[in-house]
Amino acid sequence: MAYPEMMVKPMRDEVTQLGVTELRTVAAVDQALSDQHGTALVFVNSVCGCAAGGARPALAKALTAATKKPEHIYTVFAGQDLDATSRARSYFGEYQPSSPSAALLKDGEVVRFIHRHEIEGRSPDQIASELLKAFETYCA
Amino acid sequence: MSGHVFHPGHDDLHGITVVVTGASGRSYLGRWHEQGNRGVVMKNVAIHDPASAELPLDGWLAKQAKFGIASTEKMYIVPPEEFTEVRLFAG
Repeated sequence: MAYPEMMVKPMRDEVTQLGVTELRTVAAVDQALSDQHGTALVFVNSVCGCAAGGARPALAKALTAATKKPEHIYTVFAGQDLDATSRARSYFGEYQPSSPSAALLKDGEVVRFIHRHEIEGRSPDQIASELLKAFETYCA
Repeated sequence: MSGHVFHPGHDDLHGITVVVTGASGRSYLGRWHEQGNRGVVMKNVAIHDPASAELPLDGWLAKQAKFGIASTEKMYIVPPEEFTEVRLFAG
């Protein structure tokens, strides 16, 4: 069940104000991720507490601190933009749906997936550290 | 764990992914919701049954950790007599 947009907008804004491109339609997802070259991070946003307390602040910290970043950074909103999220997940191969989560893709393949179970109960600094490790490993 | 509870009124494990060990030998992997008279209520649960699983428990858990939880049950209640212990999945 989707939440009222007025409630969700601040959660969207918290991510897009970082310069992250929000993908809200299937067409937008396909345009971004089909025939994808280089590196792209897809942040799967969520209304849940571990997105508010962990994942979104961690994304902000990681993008601020990173010396290497994905060439493209996208977000979809699970539970809100259902079709777009489902389509984004179709690019994640055998990785199971999870929200919040973050998928780092390189040339169309997931090279690091941070699942919800790696986010919940952890501090933003701990989660950001995992993102930064992935950026250092796979991004130019 | 940070100790931060996002959902007032629930216990510390609420919303956290855990492994519940069953007296039957089955293991239940999913998000802890609550524990009450009915047992442990879990959400988005994958179940490892050693009698039918393709992988031993450790290998199965490692696969779930890497690729995410392949849940088969939207909600599952582990009865009190089945519940033996719980541990965090992420460790």
